[in-house]
Amino acid sequence: MSDVKTYEPEIIFDKQGNPHEVVDWDHDYEGAKLGFWIFLLTEMMIFGSLFLVYTFYSYQHGAQFSAASIHMNRLLGGINTFILLISTLTMGLSLANLRNGHVAVCKKYIWATIILATLFLAIKYTEWTLEIGEGFYPGSPSADLAALGHGGKLFFGLYFTMTGLHGVHIIVGIGVMLWLLSLINRGKITPENFVVLENTALYWDFVHIVWIFVFPIFYLIY
Amino acid sequence: MSSTHTSFYQETHTVFGHHDNKFLQWIFSIDHKRIAIMYGIVMFSFFGIAVLIALSMRLELFYPGQQIMGPQTYNEAFTLHGIIMIFIFIVPGIPATLGNFLLPLQIGARDVSFPRLNLLSFWVFVLGIIAVLTSLFWNGNAPDTGWTFYAPYSTKTGSNIVMALTGAYLLGLASILTGINFIATTHRLRAPGMGFFKMPLFVWGLYATSWIQVLATPIVGITLVLVILERVFGVGVFDPTKGGDPVLLENLFWMYSHPAVYLMILPAFGIASEIIPTFCRKPIFGYRAIAISSSMIAFIGYLVWGHHMFTSGESNTVALVFSVLTFLVAVPTSIKFFDWIATMYKASIVFDTPMLWTLGTFITFIIGGMTGLILGAVGVDVYFHDTYFVVAHFHYAILGGVVFLMFAGMHYWFPKVTGKMYNELHGKIAFYIIFVGFNTLWFPMFVAGALGMPRRYFDYLPQFTIYHQIATVGSWIFAFGLIYMFVNLYKGIRKGKPAGPNPWNATTLEWQIPSPPQAENFGTIPYVDFMPYEYIKGEPVHHMDLSVDESKKGAHHE
Ligand code: HEM
Ligand SMILES: [Cu+2]
Repeated sequence: MSDVKTYEPEIIFDKQGNPHEVVDWDHDYEGAKLGFWIFLLTEMMIFGSLFLVYTFYSYQHGAQFSAASIHMNRLLGGINTFILLISTLTMGLSLANLRNGHVAVCKKYIWATIILATLFLAIKYTEWTLEIGEGFYPGSPSADLAALGHGGKLFFGLYFTMTGLHGVHIIVGIGVMLWLLSLINRGKITPENFVVLENTALYWDFVHIVWIFVFPIFYLIY
Repeated sequence: MSSTHTSFYQETHTVFGHHDNKFLQWIFSIDHKRIAIMYGIVMFSFFGIAVLIALSMRLELFYPGQQIMGPQTYNEAFTLHGIIMIFIFIVPGIPATLGNFLLPLQIGARDVSFPRLNLLSFWVFVLGIIAVLTSLFWNGNAPDTGWTFYAPYSTKTGSNIVMALTGAYLLGLASILTGINFIATTHRLRAPGMGFFKMPLFVWGLYATSWIQVLATPIVGITLVLVILERVFGVGVFDPTKGGDPVLLENLFWMYSHPAVYLMILPAFGIASEIIPTFCRKPIFGYRAIAISSSMIAFIGYLVWGHHMFTSGESNTVALVFSVLTFLVAVPTSIKFFDWIATMYKASIVFDTPMLWTLGTFITFIIGGMTGLILGAVGVDVYFHDTYFVVAHFHYAILGGVVFLMFAGMHYWFPKVTGKMYNELHGKIAFYIIFVGFNTLWFPMFVAGALGMPRRYFDYLPQFTIYHQIATVGSWIFAFGLIYMFVNLYKGIRKGKPAGPNPWNATTLEWQIPSPPQAENFGTIPYVDFMPYEYIKGEPVHHMDLSVDESKKGAHHE
C-alpha cells in the first residue's frame, strides 16, 4: 500500500512549550466512533419507545397477548434467530480479518453476512405470508383474530410494526454492506483505516440485539 | 488587519470536489458556514410565510363571525402556521443557523466533526419541507389537526396527514443528525487546552440542546410513524375500537415535545450569555452555574411532559407530581437570570442593538415563563387549558424568548457573518416597533383567555371583540417592525461599513479571525488556557490574530 497518504497531525505549543496535537475532523477515529455511538443511542430510543408501548399493552391485555402468541411460528422465528446470530459472527470475522490485513477474506465474510441477511428476510417474508394467509393482520376481518379480542389485535399490530421496522434495518444493513464492498475495492477502507467497517459491525450487532428482544416478547410468551 | 484573505464566500469545498457554478458551490458545500446560511435563508423564508398565514388568521378574527375564511380553512391555516413555525422554523432554529456557523469558530475548529453529514441533514431538511408542502396540494384537504396530530382525529380526518407526518419525520431526522454532529464536534474538536469549563456559554447551550435532540426527537419520530401506520394499515395502537389508547399518543408526543421547548430556549439563553459580558465589558458572573444549569434544565425537561395532559384523565397523584416537577424547572432558569443580572450590576452597559434585544427579551420571556408556572399549577390549568391564555403564554415564551434572542444573535454576529455593519439607529427603532407590536398583539390574549376565550376557534362571542381587535392591530405593528428590521439588515449587507474582525471588543475566538472568516476558519489554532470572557478594566485581555498560519508566516509573502 504505497499510495496511502500518511497523515501528519498538526502540533501547537502552549506557553510552557509543550506540544499539543490538534484534532482534525477528517482524521478523527475517536470522533467517528463517538458519532456512531450517539447514532445508536437514537436507535435505542426508537426501539425503546416501541418496547414501552408493547409493555403498556401487554400489561393491560396479558392473557390475550399470550393467547395470540400461540399463532406465532416458533420454528421459523427460531431459525431466524440462529441465522442472525451466525451473521453477527461472520460480520465480526470480516472486521478481524481486515485488521490483520486479509482483505480478500474480509470481503468473503461480508458476502456471507449479506447472504445470511437475505435469507433472514426471505424467511421473515414467508412467515408474514403465512400469518396474513391465516387472517392475522391489522384490519383483518378474520373471526379467529376477532376471537382474540382487543389484545390480539394490538399484539399483531405491534408484531407487524416491530418486525417490520427491524426488517427495514436489515435491508439498510444489506445496502451498507454492499457499499462497504465498493469502498474496499476503491481502497477507501484498508487495514489501517477501517472505522466505517467497524461502525457497520456495531450496527449489525445492534440489529441483532434488537431481535434478541423482539423474539421472546412475541414468540415465547405463552 | 493588514493581511488580505479570501473569505468563505469566495472559496469553498464541496462533496463532489470542485464546481465552477456558483449555485452548485452553495448547495454542495460542506463548509459549516455556508450550510448555516442556506439553513437561514430557507428557514426565514418559511418564517415569513407562516407570519403571513398568522396575519390572515388575525384578520379573520377582527370581527366575530366569518370574514375572510371559513372554519375548515381556519383549521388548515393554524395547522400550517404551527407546523411551519415549530418543525421548519424553530426546531432547527438557532442550532442549524447561528449554531452551525459559530460552534466550530467558538471552539477553535476548522469545521464540524462530520461536514458531509451536516450537508446531508440540510438536504433531508429540504426534503421534509417538500413533503409538508406536498400535503397542502396533494389531492385532498390540507392537514387540519393542529401541529400536535392528536389521535383519534388525526387517524380519522380526511386530510393529507400521512404526507405532513412524513415531512415532520424528515425534519426531525435532520435535527437529530445536527445533534449528533454537534455532540461529536464539541467532544472532539475543541482547540487544545479548552476544557469543558473554558467553552463559551453559547457552546454549552448548543451542547445541552444537542442531547435533547438526540434523545427526545427519536421518540416523536417513531410516534409519528405509528400514526402513519395507524392510518395506512389500521394497526390499532391509538384506536380505541381495537383496544388502543389515544392518550398514549399524547404521552409519547409530549415526552418529546416538552423537552423540545428547552431545545429551543437553551441555545437562545446561550446567546444572551454571549452578549451580556460583551456589552457590559465584564467577565460573566457565575460562569459555571450558567453552564451547569443548561444541563439541569435539559434533564428536568424530560420529566415534566405530563403538564400538557392535566385534562386528559391523568390521576390526581400523577398530575401533582408533574406539577411539582414543572415548578422545579424554574430553579435552574432563575439561576441564569440572576447571574445575568449580577453581571450587569455596576457595569457600564453599552446599549447597542444586540444588548437592547437581550434586555427586551428578558421582559417578554419572564412574562412567558411566569405564566408557564401559572399553567403548571394543576387547578389553574384545568381552567385555562386550551384557552387563549395558553396561546399567549407560548407566544411570549417562544416568540418573545427564543425568536427575540435569535434576533439579538443575528445583530450581534451580523458583522462576523457579512463583514459589514448594519445601521445602529434603525436597528434600535426596529426593536422598539417590534417590542410594542408584540405586546399589543399578545397581552390582550392573556385577558381574553382568562375570561374564557377558547383557542383554535375561527369565531367568538361578541364580548371578546375588543381583545381580538387590539391584537390584530398589534399584529400589523409587529409585522411592520419585522419588515423594518429585515430591510435594515439587508441594507447593511449591501451598503454597510466594513466591520473589521472585532467590532464589539468581544473576547471569544470567533472575533480573533477576519470577518467574514476564511474557508477553514483558522490559520493558527490557539492554545486555550484562558476563560472565554476575560476583561480587565473594560478591555479584552486577549488580542489575537489567528487568521494566518504562524508557522508558515514569512515563508511566502504576497
Ligand atoms: C407574527 C407573529 C405571529 C402571529 C400573529 C401568530 C398568531 C397565531 C394565531 C392567531 C394562532 C392561532 C391560535 C388559536 O386559534 O389557537 C397561532 C397559533 C400558533 N402559533 Fe403563532 N403567531 C405568530 C408567531 C409564531 C411563532 C414565532 C411561533 C413559533 C415559533 C408560533 C407558533 C404557534 C403555534 C405552535 C401555534 C398553535 C397551532 C395549533 O394550534 O396547532 N407562532 N399563532
Ligand atoms: Cu411542556
